[in-house]
Amino acid sequence: MNTATELDLAHMLPGFADPVHDAQRGFRCVLDALSRPGRLFDMTVDVTPPPGLAPAQCAALLTLADCDTPVWLEPGLRDAAAGHYLRFHCGCPLAADFADAHFVVLAGLGALPQRSALKLGDPCYPDRSATVLVEVPELEHGGPIRLRGPGIADVQAISVGGWTARTTAFLHENRAAFPLGVDLLLSCGGRLMGLPRTTIVEV
Amino acid sequence: MNEAAPDVSRRLALGVLACAPAPDLADCVRALGELPRFTWLRQPETGLVMLRARIGGNGARFNLGEASVTRCTLRLADGSIGVGTVRGRNPRHAEHVAICDALLQHPEYAGRVQAQVIDVLVRAEQARHARRSVQVSASKVDFFTLVRGED
Amino acid sequence: MYVAVKGGERAIAQSVDLVARARRGDPAVPELSVEQIRQQMRLAVARVMTEGSLYDEDLAALAIKQAAGDLVEAIFLLRAYRTTLKRLGDSVPLDTANMRLERRISSAFKDLPGGQVLGPTYDYTQRLLDFALMADAAVTEDPAAEASAGPIVAPRVTDLLAGEGLLETSARAEGDPDPSDLTREPLQLPADRATRLQNLARGDEGYLLALGYSTQRGYGTTHPFAAEIRFGAVALELFIDELGFAVKIGEVDLTECQLITDFEGSAEAAPQFTRGYGLAFGHSERKAMAMALVDRALRAGEFGEDTDLPANNEEFVLAHSDNVEASGFVQHLKLPHYVDFQTNLELLRRLRAQWDASNAGATGDEEPAA
Repeated sequence: MNTATELDLAHMLPGFADPVHDAQRGFRCVLDALSRPGRLFDMTVDVTPPPGLAPAQCAALLTLADCDTPVWLEPGLRDAAAGHYLRFHCGCPLAADFADAHFVVLAGLGALPQRSALKLGDPCYPDRSATVLVEVPELEHGGPIRLRGPGIADVQAISVGGWTARTTAFLHENRAAFPLGVDLLLSCGGRLMGLPRTTIVEV
Repeated sequence: MNEAAPDVSRRLALGVLACAPAPDLADCVRALGELPRFTWLRQPETGLVMLRARIGGNGARFNLGEASVTRCTLRLADGSIGVGTVRGRNPRHAEHVAICDALLQHPEYAGRVQAQVIDVLVRAEQARHARRSVQVSASKVDFFTLVRGED
Repeated sequence: MYVAVKGGERAIAQSVDLVARARRGDPAVPELSVEQIRQQMRLAVARVMTEGSLYDEDLAALAIKQAAGDLVEAIFLLRAYRTTLKRLGDSVPLDTANMRLERRISSAFKDLPGGQVLGPTYDYTQRLLDFALMADAAVTEDPAAEASAGPIVAPRVTDLLAGEGLLETSARAEGDPDPSDLTREPLQLPADRATRLQNLARGDEGYLLALGYSTQRGYGTTHPFAAEIRFGAVALELFIDELGFAVKIGEVDLTECQLITDFEGSAEAAPQFTRGYGLAFGHSERKAMAMALVDRALRAGEFGEDTDLPANNEEFVLAHSDNVEASGFVQHLKLPHYVDFQTNLELLRRLRAQWDASNAGATGDEEPAA
């Protein structure tokens, strides 16, 4: 996996300014988002992401990714600034296959692969599964998508840019296979929303 | 890994810097006087490296245990990159290694750093090893097998 | 069942304070510094680093000071600390053949290329208390260094012996795959040899010593020779992604033990010497030797030897080697179990009442009518 080219440090952007506390804030944001599915949270950590990574995605990866967690990036980003950035700051290998990736970074819901291509965990260790970070063009409270399940008092309504019937089918399948499955982190710029495998989606 | 020939002198210099006692290196760096400014690409951070060994010394790899390691990366105004990685938890040591590494890429400073830091530290290391070698060599032994007088 | 208890905060704080006072002892006596422990208790430091599974002499010395010399507690402290640090990578495999030797002996071969170097050892002297140490010992002068004296480096004895074809070679699997890591993945049985060695490297020295000893006393079928024991400094190299190559980032002191045992051969394998391997941080000969004995004992099945003795039982050996786990589980018995105990007490009272009742009845029935 680490067959990539030598790191380009001449153009390297800085990571977290205050690694410990920024990572703690980033972790709190991700934790809140996954505990309260469908609610929007501001990723309060300031980072300057390289092209191809959204700010909230970038902060989440700086917080969570390390040398034990291969990250899947679109092939075009791997040997570009984004790939070098993650390799340098997170020390993470870049996965060539979805099946190896602990984190999958996508630029839109349309890029979601077949669910079966992703790391879904196994019955003894359902946690050995992927977290999928998807940047979407719009992410709001209220709207046609209704969420229920753990962490939601009643019903949480959301609207998400780029959502299609295929997204709904993906999430239905994901919910049905519980405890196996992937967890989604949707982002829009600096905002984050969790859609863990426990959430029931109705459109 | 690609087999591009590594920069041998850079590799050696980094090894000398990392193995030098941190106070000795600090003295050498101080003696260099005013140094160019740099920006951190990665501030000194301490983490763990898993030490791998081989079964029987040359067989399959296994994980022996971890060591604390501190690393940092910096960039000088002219774009020279300095990388410092040292065993232990001394951020100043890592910083000094990275500064010297960057200066060794910098045409204006390379000669001075080689003469006033690297060469000095190499001589000190050789002297340290020689002193120890004399002490240890004195405990070399030849065991004699005594003949049992059966006939 | 574990039940939370409340209260006692003040008493606990006071207890912690008493620990600190007990550790410090009489304030009129100078306090031990971490540096003193690091330099003058180096064998304790080596053990804490090895079983704490973290090479950091300063932290090991600090842990020993904090634990007031309780090494198992110090090991626990080091293990707890390491969980707070992130993993930066895996080293290039340590090359023990290029060790800068401080000590190197073989009990099997008298004449070794590179020679027998006793180094610091009390193997050949009587264990008499040295009352001179009661007073401040005088420092011996360093001998004058000869400029020509280089580091002592010598090939591993097992590599020399391998040339003759009489020694089992160390097999590497196709592609030299990454070993599994017990700090990342829980132990699964059967475990491969690399996983077993990681477990043994972290394992309790006393436990491995007892198991190794059992194989020598008759609870085992092997009689090993110490082909080589070496102790010294080994370069630590790490691949640096920024540079695209590996660099030396420091040195570590290691003790390596290679035990060899004769094997009579089988239909498939020619008679040869088989190997047990031990490796530990710092100067830790007893640990490295015990580890090598147990490593070889756990390989009994490979050579078609009997596997019914305690040291051959992989699950038993590996599941009980960790003194942090063992100490935790044994010592948790000190903590409040009031509800469990109450349950058992109730049950026992009822059983006792039943027993008394039926016993009284039985006795009554058997009483002869007088």
